[in-house]
Amino acid sequence: MIFKKSTYNLILASIFALLLSACAQQSAKIDSQIQGDVYTGTDTVEYLADGVPDRVFFATNESVLTTASRDTLRKQAAWLRKNSNINVVLEGHADERGTREYNLALGERRANAAKDYLMTYGISENRISVISYGKERPVDSGSNPLSWSKNRRSVTVKAN
Amino acid sequence: MRKIKLAILLLIIIFPLKASALIEVDITRGNLNPLPIAVSALYSDQETSEALKKEIKIDKIGDEISSVIENNLKATGLFNPLEKKAFLQKPDVAHLKPRFEDWSLIKAQALITGKVEFRDDRVRVEFRLWDVLAAREMLALAFTTTPNNWRRIGHIISDKIYERLTGEKGYFDTRIIYVSEEGPKTKRVKKLAIMDQDGFNTKYLTLGNELVLTPRFNPTNQMVTYLSYFKNLPRVYLLDIETGIQEVVGDFPGMTFAPRFSPDGKKIIMSFAKDGNSDIYTMNLENRIVERITNHPSIDTSPSYSPDGKFITFNSDRSGYQQIYVMKSDGSKVKRISFGNGLYGTPVWSPRGDLIAFTKLHKGKFYIGVMRTDGTGERLLTENYYQEAPSWSPNGRVLIFYRETKSNSDGEGFSAKLWSIDLTGYNERQVITETDASDPSWSSLLSN
Repeated sequence: MIFKKSTYNLILASIFALLLSACAQQSAKIDSQIQGDVYTGTDTVEYLADGVPDRVFFATNESVLTTASRDTLRKQAAWLRKNSNINVVLEGHADERGTREYNLALGERRANAAKDYLMTYGISENRISVISYGKERPVDSGSNPLSWSKNRRSVTVKAN
Repeated sequence: MRKIKLAILLLIIIFPLKASALIEVDITRGNLNPLPIAVSALYSDQETSEALKKEIKIDKIGDEISSVIENNLKATGLFNPLEKKAFLQKPDVAHLKPRFEDWSLIKAQALITGKVEFRDDRVRVEFRLWDVLAAREMLALAFTTTPNNWRRIGHIISDKIYERLTGEKGYFDTRIIYVSEEGPKTKRVKKLAIMDQDGFNTKYLTLGNELVLTPRFNPTNQMVTYLSYFKNLPRVYLLDIETGIQEVVGDFPGMTFAPRFSPDGKKIIMSFAKDGNSDIYTMNLENRIVERITNHPSIDTSPSYSPDGKFITFNSDRSGYQQIYVMKSDGSKVKRISFGNGLYGTPVWSPRGDLIAFTKLHKGKFYIGVMRTDGTGERLLTENYYQEAPSWSPNGRVLIFYRETKSNSDGEGFSAKLWSIDLTGYNERQVITETDASDPSWSSLLSN
């Protein structure tokens, strides 16, 4: 029974997954730069070094790091380990669709999510400082979902 | 837009036999039939006119003061100042003894007359408020001040008239502190600015070298607390408006933000963000003692005291999303009060104590609304693409807030402006500022 049930679930799940990927492909055609509310493009991204992107992006109201963000931060950690004389500032930002004060707190929470991840990859806390700009410093001034997704970010900036 | 459909009749209660207020204006409901009022130019003799023209370069001071009063009364939506062209009586004669038949002929129900004199380097302004239908004087007062202060006299007179006719304190002799904004969205330059409630006498308090946000007055209107990114360290500051002296509030190892004064002016309440968590703290300005008020791994921000100082309303996402909470001022008895659909932020306790104004975000729209302090009776006053951060007029009848417009992908079309709306949901109007503006905070009455 149990086996049967789990097989059934598996079949259901795979059908569901197929449907989902079909949907994803369709929306990918419409807009390849946002996935699940998180910006995945490279328009605004700058590089700390060759192959080391400077920023990670977040979903609306979220501070959870995506798989891609964790990948970026591991590259940053590796680069920071190699360049032990460099300190960084993590600048946390929110999009313009929130109240100013909450967004300041949200930007701080996002930058700290990035900081925590860098620290788990061996970067000392005293090399990292954090600042939140809330919604005050958008990188893209448009009022549309793509612009907002670029603005929900934590940017790693060299401090020295 | 959802507005409360209340009766829109103007109530003019007339008790012909009583000596008390004959004309009354009900300000508790939206008003589509404002009271017709004649504001006669204030009279001044030739000597006064010439002296003031020399002194402050104003030609017809009486006309100017009467238009300050006219504009104030008109902006309430409760009064309809009549065209001066229709007035039959000269200002000086009317001030001595109005011919009520003439004023009633042009449908004025109330009349304001007055006189300006210049003596010993000071301006003396007297005014009278008349009930036209009852043919009697309702109020007569005189004020003396320095010539440069003439606009304030107009505001004080407006407050006296408003109070006499509505039974509540006015809000005209007040100022607004706000953030002046210029430049492209990605590199916005922000300065603290202060102006009279009617948009005149704008002064800039910072130069724009660093980002400044969310200024708020202390109860006596001499100090301002705000957030500054001076030296790229976002911290709460205290500014003395007269001396221009600024200081950081407290010594926190991280960002402090969302400051407000306690109702007695002795403390600043604010958020302190550390390691991804924002909690609410107070600092006593006399003994510098810092107290932690909330201790929760969620974002706690936008605190605002009740007028008696016993409670604090604040914004927290401890439920998963931004909601409004109320607690005792020591941080105990935390209770969520917002339960409607959507996100709630920026709660501000009304100066009357009975309501909390807020910003609500629901289905991509922003609302300014009010609810009772237990969360019941939620009422949305205005809906827009983006608006937030309401601040109360000192009499608790009007809210001022800021509104942003949508921009295209090049950032064009963006603007930030101040707006006000009555608690009734009526009388929405833009508050004109020299530049783009945001984060308005209304002072208390400057004189009483």
